[in-house]
Amino acid sequence: MDPFESLDLFDIDALLTEEERMIRDTVRQFASDKILPCIREHTREGTLPRHLIPEMGELGLLGANLEGYDCAGLGPVAYGLIMQEIERADSGLRSFVSVQGALAMYPIHDFGSEEQKQKWLPPMARGEKIGCFGLTEPDFGSNPAGLRTRARKDGDSWILNGNKMWITNGTTADIAVIWARTEEGVFRGFLVEKGTPGLEAIEIRGKYSLRASDTAELVLEDCRIPAENVLPKTEGLKYALKCLNQARYGIAWGAIGAAQACFDEALRYSKERIQFGKPIASFQLVQQKLAHIATEITKSQLLCLRLGRLKEKGDIRHYQISVAKRNNVFHALEAARTCRDILGGNGILDEYHSMRHMMNLETVFTYEGTHDIHALIIAEHLTGIAAYE
Amino acid sequence: MKCVVCLKRVPDTGTRIKIDSSGTAIDDTDVEWIVNPYDEFAITEALTHRGSDGEVIILALGPEETTKEIRTALAMGADQGILLQVQRPPTDPLQTAQVLASALKELEFDLLFFGCRGVDDDNCAVGPMVASILDIPLLSDVIQFDVEGSKATVQRETEGGHEIGNMPLPCGITTQKGLNEPKLPSLPGIMKAKKKPLEIRPVELPDSSLEIVEMSFPPDRPPGKIVGEGADAVPELIRVLQEEAKVL
Ligand SMILES: Cc1cc2nc3c(=O)[nH]c(=O)nc-3n(C[C@H](O)[C@H](O)[C@H](O)COP(=O)(O)OP(=O)(O)OC[C@H]3O[C@@H](n4cnc5c(N)ncnc54)[C@H](O)[C@@H]3O)c2cc1C
Repeated sequence: MDPFESLDLFDIDALLTEEERMIRDTVRQFASDKILPCIREHTREGTLPRHLIPEMGELGLLGANLEGYDCAGLGPVAYGLIMQEIERADSGLRSFVSVQGALAMYPIHDFGSEEQKQKWLPPMARGEKIGCFGLTEPDFGSNPAGLRTRARKDGDSWILNGNKMWITNGTTADIAVIWARTEEGVFRGFLVEKGTPGLEAIEIRGKYSLRASDTAELVLEDCRIPAENVLPKTEGLKYALKCLNQARYGIAWGAIGAAQACFDEALRYSKERIQFGKPIASFQLVQQKLAHIATEITKSQLLCLRLGRLKEKGDIRHYQISVAKRNNVFHALEAARTCRDILGGNGILDEYHSMRHMMNLETVFTYEGTHDIHALIIAEHLTGIAAYE
Repeated sequence: MKCVVCLKRVPDTGTRIKIDSSGTAIDDTDVEWIVNPYDEFAITEALTHRGSDGEVIILALGPEETTKEIRTALAMGADQGILLQVQRPPTDPLQTAQVLASALKELEFDLLFFGCRGVDDDNCAVGPMVASILDIPLLSDVIQFDVEGSKATVQRETEGGHEIGNMPLPCGITTQKGLNEPKLPSLPGIMKAKKKPLEIRPVELPDSSLEIVEMSFPPDRPPGKIVGEGADAVPELIRVLQEEAKVL
């Protein structure tokens, strides 16, 4: 059995409902029983643990916060707790779940036609069909407003041209949500099915980070899709950003899981590792590190819980999500580095988890709006001045 | 099929058990509680025999907090729960069996499921006792269970072999590891569980003739002994095994 003990200095458990706790415990057990035993191998090989996808579907983890269409219909806090528990095992697996649910199923659910929803959502909830989200391009990351991918209407079809970079689930996906600009200059989301002539997915190799995740470049060359494959309600970049808000919300929770995993490992290790005749946990410098990480985890937990309750009421604001994503990922990364340090030389081995989390979190720090871009979003709210324009 | 599963709330197998100041019971503070692991086989098995017009009822005897474990069973797919509520669960399995049996008399079930034992007291007694009070057949330690019409076929593990037997319905089994692979409750299952009926019935325990006199931990294991390293240590190892441990 996994010895993981979660940190809860402020009895945050008491602020969760019985179902929220039950959902968290179920996903925690899934992570311990199914993800952790195979994550080292997949990290070494650089492969997504695809065999877990049907099980995640059966559990109800995919698109878990969506209503109807065989989705679990969970509240925002329960959804956040799922992300936390999956990322406690690995950020790559959490990325898979985030992209499937928040970036592929969510836009179909909220901006799609009834036929699109009927066709895609139930098999995606079951994990039988996989989705990806193509916004970023080689030359447009933090500044998606400049993206170059074009969609041209041609009779009963749209013809797409452009390159998408860093696309999670890219080679696996049965359906890609591709963001492109129409001839009228409007940003729209398009559903491109796997196997459509003119669509090619090229795996990105040589990653130090998120190795248990499938990352690809998508090339669209005169890729012809039926006219009805546009997501009808997407008229403007705003709709892509709405997806990102869903995903970022989950990432803020996920980061707590990664930090918890590292903290649990380092705390145990520090009590067992003897140097100078006593456990390293008895040295004040090590204690200070543990106290700092525990404090930051606690702050992140409170931030997310409040954010979740706001989302429940429908009162959530995008800059609040930026505060949580930016803060929690920053401190999770810092915690992972410190825990790696506490583990000494052992910390660089893949027998332990902290360094894998540390490397993964470098991606999490960058994707879904880099740390600094989120500072600009927060400051834009504070000052009324958008520094990125 | 109408199936009833008798469920017990037990300390998590990972919990470090402490004995309370009376020396005759465990100290409940800081204990994490779970569904008795053998009962998970029972729930899973009952669900496979429910069929389209049947139901699975969870019957538990325990304190009010046991609703949490009943909810877990409902999240796994059971249809309704009944908690026979007492302040403290009895340590006498006969008391448990008597209370369960009187509730079961009203339920008119086809199949009755128990875990083969509770991982707390390890008595292996409640299932067989209930069956004899109700005067129905029951086979214990079942590893395969098939029902056809009004007959159940059961495979049991016996010392060094297997035994296959039949019994007419209504009947009961106690479940052994290997019967099935229990699944985690699904998240939609957890959401549905809170809308399923869960009745709480306060009950009085009958008198008990059993008294726990003492509980104690096994003595600490003597420390291991390292006789040397590599091939050089083999002669000494053989000598110790022959002369001290007397196992060769
Ligand atoms: C493993 C992985 C998976 C990903 N998955 C997906 C996916 O599924 N779908 C998708 O569409 N995208 C995905 N991304 C892309 C990700 O969202 C981008 O990498 C991210 O938005 C940053 O873009 P960039 O890499 O082009 O960096 P850049 O935008 O070039 O940024 C480089 C640096 O410049 C800074 N910077 C940029 N502009 C400013 C400014 N105005 N002021 C101050 N600093 C600035 C940034 O903060 C950063 O430090 C993924 C990325 C990775 C690494």
